[in-house]
Amino acid sequence: MKRGDLSNLAWGAALLVLAALLPLTGDGYLISLGVTIAMYTVLATSWALFSGPTHYISLATAAFFGVGTYVTGAGIDHLPYWTLLPIAAVVGGVLAALVGLATLRLSGVYFVIFTLGLAEMTRQVVTWYQNKTGHKGTYVLTDLTDNDIYWQLVALAGLVFLIGWAVGRSRLGFALRIIGDDEDVARHVGINTALSKVALFIVSGAVAAVVGAIIAPRYVYIEPSTAFTPMLSFQVVIMALLGGTGRLWGPLVGVIPFTLLWEAISSSFPNQTTLLLGLSFLAIVYLLPGGFVGLWDRVKHRSARRRALA
Amino acid sequence: MDILITGLILGGTYALIAMGLNLQYGVSRIMNLANGEMLVIGGFTAFALYTAGQVSPLLTIFIVAPVAYVLNWLVYRIMLRPLVKRAKSRGMLEQDAILTTFGLSFVMVGLMLWAFGGDYFSYSYLARPVVIFGDNFGLNRVVAFGCAALLCAGLYLWLNVSRAGMAIRAVAVSPENARLVGIDVPKLSARAFALGGAVTAVGGAVISTFLTLDASTGVMFTMKALIIVIMGGVGDVRGTILAALVLGLGETLVATFIDPGLTLAAAYALFIAILLFRPQGFFGRKPT
Repeated sequence: MKRGDLSNLAWGAALLVLAALLPLTGDGYLISLGVTIAMYTVLATSWALFSGPTHYISLATAAFFGVGTYVTGAGIDHLPYWTLLPIAAVVGGVLAALVGLATLRLSGVYFVIFTLGLAEMTRQVVTWYQNKTGHKGTYVLTDLTDNDIYWQLVALAGLVFLIGWAVGRSRLGFALRIIGDDEDVARHVGINTALSKVALFIVSGAVAAVVGAIIAPRYVYIEPSTAFTPMLSFQVVIMALLGGTGRLWGPLVGVIPFTLLWEAISSSFPNQTTLLLGLSFLAIVYLLPGGFVGLWDRVKHRSARRRALA
Repeated sequence: MDILITGLILGGTYALIAMGLNLQYGVSRIMNLANGEMLVIGGFTAFALYTAGQVSPLLTIFIVAPVAYVLNWLVYRIMLRPLVKRAKSRGMLEQDAILTTFGLSFVMVGLMLWAFGGDYFSYSYLARPVVIFGDNFGLNRVVAFGCAALLCAGLYLWLNVSRAGMAIRAVAVSPENARLVGIDVPKLSARAFALGGAVTAVGGAVISTFLTLDASTGVMFTMKALIIVIMGGVGDVRGTILAALVLGLGETLVATFIDPGLTLAAAYALFIAILLFRPQGFFGRKPT
């Protein structure tokens, strides 16, 4: 471990502690906004762990998230809350492994298409099961407040950053970057491409499921249409790409402005959120190909070159 | 028998939509995720003209097709061509194309919601029963199937017999080599993309005679069309038609025997089977 790493870790820990102090303000609106931002930070960062280096666009976040909420919904009456989070992680991980094994052996397009409909399909299956067994939705009644949810999410964010940092330094992270650059080369140098991709996809799926499990008490009443909103997947993709997936902290830079923008638009023009989503996608492709991180790097590069010339 | 025919009729109309997508993906190499919205726009037009002036949806096709052709051509030239130029590899183009067409699809849904609201729209056209093999079927479904079959057959013949069709197939097989024999690949790609969009929009107009659509149903059709294209093999017309029929049949079976709410799950089951056993499509050869 180098000195730079230690100082990065220290900075990360300090920022995390700072973020954890938010509930002390006692401002209900601020805390609820904090929960939303923390939720998207975890989701977008874990999404970028897989999709960043490999360039495979996963649209399965909503499916994992929904599965997680349902783990809490189904288990809350039978098991203590704390055991549900690891269960959600396992269930999400297994689902990710199945999806990954079926699609990640093949080219990226199959993966995108498969994940695109995954949330909708899971929703259909859950709805069908509920209709068959005769209950419509599930109540999740706990004494967890917004503060508790917020702290759990911040802790999870810390964990995800730590995982991302460790993966980035590991052989696995290196292998994934090579796969992202050129999959044929990766195969030729002896990387088991399918296995590497599936491994990281499992991490990202498990995290999304845990987020769902943590958020479930906030919904109180869970039904398929609220748990599996396909919109969630797209929001996560946009936030991560807007921030930039080249750095671990990149998605965070996208999450904060986009969440604020989204809140503002959906409160004043609730019908135009789809349009906003579409325009953001186009803006990312045409105006901000590397996200804010890419923009920052370009600006820094240019000023460095100017300094070198002067 | 009842299920068989219903499934085949549904599959026939799916074939038309998937043909449009296959032209766009197989020839222009653009995975167009806004394809379903093109379909909804076609359906909207048929609906609007029918309710306003009692124009038969079968005539609307002749308005929808050229308009959709021009619209898609513009989309390709203005939005997608720059991406094709800037892409360093096929993978990068795919990622950019996916994001762009997603964006486009959301913009289109957003604009439609803005203009028409989120209501379902449907109209009653040729809603008379006809008897085939002793069972009743809606005449509109049968007519829609006839239309789809006619168009598919026409497209198939055109691609296989005419010179332009041959050029299009050449680009689908190998864009690099197509250039060597004097085919203007960029021009042809734009035309194939436009043609694909037009075919899909016509499919939308036809489908709106018997299905209820709303502004945000497009993605569902995109999904199904994608599954069909992959099942049938990219750029393979016979495969597409066969896959569409299989999907239509499979969905109808699941809807009748298990639950009508599980149609996408049925499509997914087929999709997984294909991915596991024949990822190159029905008639595709194994990649070397």
